[in-house]
Amino acid sequence: MSKRKVKEAHLPIGECISEVQRVLRERFCHQQLPERLEGVDSQYKHLLELLRRTAVHGESNSVLIVGPRGAGKTTLLNCALRELLEEKEVKRNLLQVYLNGLLQTDDKIALKEITRQLSLENVVGDKVFGSFAENLAFLLEALKKGDRSSSRPVLFVLDEFDLFAHHRNQTLLYNLLDVSQSAQTPVAVVGLTCRLDVLELLEKRVKSRFSHRQIHLLSGMTFPQYLQRVQTQLRLPDGFPDARFSHEWNGSVQTLCEDKSVEEVLQRHFNSSKDFRSLHMLLMLSVSRVSTANPAIRPADLLEASRMCSADPKANILHGLSILELCLIIAMKHLNDIYDGEPFNLQMVHNEFKKFLQRKSHSIYNFEQPVIMKAFEHLQQLELIRPVDASAAKTQREYQLMRLMLDQSQIMEALQKYPQCPTDVKQWAMSAFG
Amino acid sequence: MAALLQHPCYEEERLRRVADKLPCREVQAGTLLSVMGGPEQHSFPSIFIYGHRASGKSHVIHMLLRELELPHATVSCVECVSVALLFEQVLLSLFGCDAASLLPRSPSLSDFVRIYRQQCSHSPAVQTRYIVMEKAELLRDMDANLLPALLRLQELVQDNVTVILLSEIVWDKFRPNTGCFEPLQLHFPDYSKGELQQILAQDSHPSYSAELYSSYINILLGVFYSVCRDLRELRHLAALNFSKFCEPLEEGKVKESDTHKLWRNIEPHLKKAMQTVYLREVSRSFLLIAAYLASYNPARTDKRFFVKHHGKVRKTNFLKKHEKTSNHLLGPKPFPLDRLLAIFYSVVDSRVAPTASIFSQISSLVTLQLLAQVGHDDQIDAPKYKCAVSLDFIRAISRTVNFDIVKYLYDFL
Repeated sequence: MSKRKVKEAHLPIGECISEVQRVLRERFCHQQLPERLEGVDSQYKHLLELLRRTAVHGESNSVLIVGPRGAGKTTLLNCALRELLEEKEVKRNLLQVYLNGLLQTDDKIALKEITRQLSLENVVGDKVFGSFAENLAFLLEALKKGDRSSSRPVLFVLDEFDLFAHHRNQTLLYNLLDVSQSAQTPVAVVGLTCRLDVLELLEKRVKSRFSHRQIHLLSGMTFPQYLQRVQTQLRLPDGFPDARFSHEWNGSVQTLCEDKSVEEVLQRHFNSSKDFRSLHMLLMLSVSRVSTANPAIRPADLLEASRMCSADPKANILHGLSILELCLIIAMKHLNDIYDGEPFNLQMVHNEFKKFLQRKSHSIYNFEQPVIMKAFEHLQQLELIRPVDASAAKTQREYQLMRLMLDQSQIMEALQKYPQCPTDVKQWAMSAFG
Repeated sequence: MAALLQHPCYEEERLRRVADKLPCREVQAGTLLSVMGGPEQHSFPSIFIYGHRASGKSHVIHMLLRELELPHATVSCVECVSVALLFEQVLLSLFGCDAASLLPRSPSLSDFVRIYRQQCSHSPAVQTRYIVMEKAELLRDMDANLLPALLRLQELVQDNVTVILLSEIVWDKFRPNTGCFEPLQLHFPDYSKGELQQILAQDSHPSYSAELYSSYINILLGVFYSVCRDLRELRHLAALNFSKFCEPLEEGKVKESDTHKLWRNIEPHLKKAMQTVYLREVSRSFLLIAAYLASYNPARTDKRFFVKHHGKVRKTNFLKKHEKTSNHLLGPKPFPLDRLLAIFYSVVDSRVAPTASIFSQISSLVTLQLLAQVGHDDQIDAPKYKCAVSLDFIRAISRTVNFDIVKYLYDFL
């Protein structure tokens, strides 16, 4: 038996890098479906079984997939559908309607969209219906097969399910769930939501028609499992054109995950959120640093990506303030300390600032009212300070009461990092806290 | 020295040209470019670029998109008074006017996504499409579903599209209550003093040497840096005060090398200029004053007050023909935009350099309820306004800009 030697294809390094970027970006940015789902076996089986019962056996069902953002709800559903649609019968018969609470903001729009997705626009034509229920019944009736014996099964996916609960009288939800309880048309209503308290939002009559079946995607992942996931996410698939490069890459990924500093960084990310999306963002930033000069992900890349993800945006903004604006913030902080967080206005802040100026003979900071006013306004535009009362537009600007939207630690940190911060300003800031 | 702007999918020469046009922003441009990736690759569905005004956010992204010829649409949220304009702009830029015309009247987000998807199926994205939204903080005030939908537009329309949001407000203030798709955040840091010096010194004047201009910028920054680090404002100030700086040179009193004398001449002037440095502040006050005058002075008296050298006016004309009912008792009258501008430019004279943002200042006055917009919705071409402030208020404003408004009020003649 002769061993057939597979001709090893070698691509130039530039093309390999491009291909790596393409593959990994598909995975991280385009929410490409993974081959296998991990850690959600029971949920997957449950959902698949439920969908099969509608698609194959003609049973009507309703279920809610609940989990925080980025937990993988859509991925779970799409994977289950992918497996289901492998059966020829299902692929031929099953109709799918996708509604999104962000887009279909009221029932009229939703009905139009359902009609469109079921390709029944011509059938409906110019008909006018008395109620939502009538319209929906008409549509479902139109789906019945020619011999009137049975109807094609319909899958309704309601993304951002909780938003549908805000529609007037929850008409859409009521009617869809009503249909799912009657025996007329095999209908599966699958809702996806990030709200754990979604059932509280439903009216009694809607809730009673719901099967109360919920699939939860609350991650019980441990840190070792998380590390494993990072590795799987970064590995190149088997079909990669350049096998040698792929092998090297996967090796470097393993080394990367064994690095102590990388483990620390990942531990920090794991502690703040375990969901896929934030992981994908971190990995995406690391991968974006890969180039021909840098053909593998090094620990430094991951560290830099982590730094970018966890930077404090307010601190960044404080870094760019003028010294006058910074002084005003320190003055506000002092006022907060003296008056226990009571709101202040520009006059008070200016007054406090003047006290600082009087202590030192600082003529360079002795600015006139319009200049101080403008600095104050800039802070307001940046939303670092906010008016107490939204309708305060009628009062003159110098006297509008404001609150500071920063806390002590943020201000102190900003002072430490501020480029060439004058020592007396720093001391003034410290003096209140000592 | 390795160029900071490098990418395997783009020619080195092209990238070097781009980097030349982005002084002191090469690092940010490099990061942005690496996140955007190659034109056929996918990028993160939404990117949030934040940083102070005039920190180069808009400049860098537009330079990249234009020079690298990437398909994109730019929307300035300030100009989009309705979502329809937003949708129209995007469809127009990405798919052409035929697509934009498919939008129904008062389109919903559902309509927009539907049309986008239709267009996509006809012309799928060969390269990543970018939608840039400037002043993105204004999206928070529009329909509640707009921002979350834009953040995940890639998923909703099933297309290779990335939405880029530009703002000076941090992301924490954008996040909706129930969360949303978190965009990738990129920070554009403020320019350091050295970088400001470097950039501003590039605008040298033809008649003078680069060293002279550079030392002028140095002096300017010395005076203004502690209050203002905004590149645009500093550039404006530099242009405004340069002629005064050069006065002693013009008059032959000093030579270019007498930096100390030049400094002594300009420094007090700059310090005084700081009062009027916030020309936008001042011009906004004058705009409000002009609005008050337009509301409370009958239109026919404009010529008398605001046209120079109007010649002798017969006062008796005014008093005899019309019962002098004080306009202040009747309340403010509406006036068209062009009358406001006419009075404004006449009142302002040479005190304020014309800024391009008059219209945005007018809208900000409306937002602050200092001006009220009147008239029907279909009179978009000729909006009318009314001044909504009291006499005391406008007198206080006028005092801050050294303008005697009473002299210009018909009721006080």
